[in-house]
Amino acid sequence: MGFIWNFPLFTIVCSLFSGALCSILSPRAAKRYTILFEGVLILLAACVLGYTLGSGASFTYVMGEFPAPWGNEIRAGVLEALFALVFLVIMLCSVFAGERFLQKDLDESKINLYYSLVNLMTAALMALVWTNDIFTGYVFLEILTLSSCGVLIVREIGRTTLAAMRYMILNLLGSGLYLLGVVLLYDTTGHLLMVPMRTAIADIAADPANLPVLSISVGILTIGLAIKSGLFPFHFWMPDTYGKASPISAALLSSLVSKAYIFLLLKIYYRVIGPEVLEKLPIGNILLVLGMLGIIFGSVSAMLSDDINRMVAFSSAAQIGYIYMGIGIGGLAGYTAALFHMLAHAVTKSQLFLSTPRLAEVSGGNLGFRYLQGSGLRNRDAGKAFSVAALSMIGIPIFAGFASKVLFGISAVMADNTMETVCVLLVLAVSSLLNVLYFIRTMVRIYIAPTKEQVKEGKYDYRVKEGHSPSFFIPMLVLSSINVFMGLFSWIIVDLIRTGLGMFA
Amino acid sequence: MNNYVEAAAIILFGIGFTMLLFQRNLVKKLMGMNIMDTGTFLFLASMGYISGRKAPILKEGIASVEAYINPVPAGLVLTGIVVSVSVTALTLSLTVRLYKRYHTLDIDDIYAISKHETEDR
Repeated sequence: MGFIWNFPLFTIVCSLFSGALCSILSPRAAKRYTILFEGVLILLAACVLGYTLGSGASFTYVMGEFPAPWGNEIRAGVLEALFALVFLVIMLCSVFAGERFLQKDLDESKINLYYSLVNLMTAALMALVWTNDIFTGYVFLEILTLSSCGVLIVREIGRTTLAAMRYMILNLLGSGLYLLGVVLLYDTTGHLLMVPMRTAIADIAADPANLPVLSISVGILTIGLAIKSGLFPFHFWMPDTYGKASPISAALLSSLVSKAYIFLLLKIYYRVIGPEVLEKLPIGNILLVLGMLGIIFGSVSAMLSDDINRMVAFSSAAQIGYIYMGIGIGGLAGYTAALFHMLAHAVTKSQLFLSTPRLAEVSGGNLGFRYLQGSGLRNRDAGKAFSVAALSMIGIPIFAGFASKVLFGISAVMADNTMETVCVLLVLAVSSLLNVLYFIRTMVRIYIAPTKEQVKEGKYDYRVKEGHSPSFFIPMLVLSSINVFMGLFSWIIVDLIRTGLGMFA
Repeated sequence: MNNYVEAAAIILFGIGFTMLLFQRNLVKKLMGMNIMDTGTFLFLASMGYISGRKAPILKEGIASVEAYINPVPAGLVLTGIVVSVSVTALTLSLTVRLYKRYHTLDIDDIYAISKHETEDR
């Protein structure tokens, strides 16, 4: 048992501690501390990834040395380490790139409290990634909800409080259902740790008469997490919540928080229920249908929306649909596609949400499409960042979005049901077409200079230009390079995910 | 068949869930949330209880497992209560903020008002 075994626990406990610490630091110090601290966490996660890859096996950290049926455990394998690493990198990039807007949205003296929430969110994200105990999952789920609601309400314009309230109510419904699901599973298995639960469930599922009980408990748990992550038809809160929040909050919520819920769900499916038992339950098909509906409805709503943030938020609903579609297809190919898309979407969406406010900034602070005319020329960095992310969303080769669409296609072809294959391929084609329509339209809009009439009509100065700012350029460069890396060398990530899933079982 | 407690717990959960979903008044919504959580806690507590046994506190040297009830659900209920309290506190503070701004607790009214408001601080 090496020293590295402690690292996953460090990422959780130190983040909780930093949350408390940031509340007493001065705003400047809190910012510097958070950036430094996230950097250290990235190193820790990278060490764990290297260690698990090197040893070729996962390890379980037993807290307080209480052996298996009792006590609480943290488990680290390749998949967990990979997700922790990518989550932390995105978090650091978002904090760097969105920091300037924080000063506008928030009272100067309260900025340290925002960082305290960010650290709390890191702790919850890390705990959801590493945990091996479904009740610990519940507790950190609620901490994640509280901190994400906190980062939402820092900006007090118009409808943000109302949006936060709706977000909170839906999340409460979701956590209530998740808790009930956990309690039902605990009552049927007698365990809370994932490994003993799986043995117990395999015994229970051996008798077909017990399957309805399992279906109900797993179904309740799934609905809870689906509400929280915004699967169709529970996606209607997204545009108000993401669209009006402060840029860092929007990036963190859309790219990390919703993914953490789905990661927990996948972990429960794979490690508690087991893929063999899950295939006997009707849940996969329901997720598949809801995912496909989510893709179509999300894309259509994105096309109809008239401001850029609403469009990006609705496209999030569609991307969540993709992930659930992958889970619904099931099998190794389906899960790989879903996990790959979770990473691809996390990288891309944070970049979109961090670049749109800068495009709006040089257009008199308006997010509406007609004001954004030529904004990519006035702020070239933001224009480039938006274009890279938009191309990846559409699924242009060399970007991550292309690789994930190929993976979804492969998993659909490998499904043994012809109807399923045809439907999934059709949905992929239609949604790519819709994506092209609304993202290319936006890119054309931001890269064509406004005509003289438009300049005359506009109530703001079209000549405002934004120079080169390293605090935005560098994080965007990092995110774009991860994006291109995932597109060009997708087999490396796919291999990592496959190894990780192998360790999951 | 003596699942009365579990049945009551699930009914409570249902009542709370529908209140949280369909009540228009924010405070009633929150009450619904608390009823929902209480239902879950009752379910847990009833599952941990074994009739005829005592609370798991070692007394008079009886160390046999047969003498005591399962202590884990009680621990889970305690954790759940803490979580529920903090969530309630945050949601109440949001409610206060909304009431100060819109002078009503009805979420549909708030939504209607907010549609006509311009985006300013």
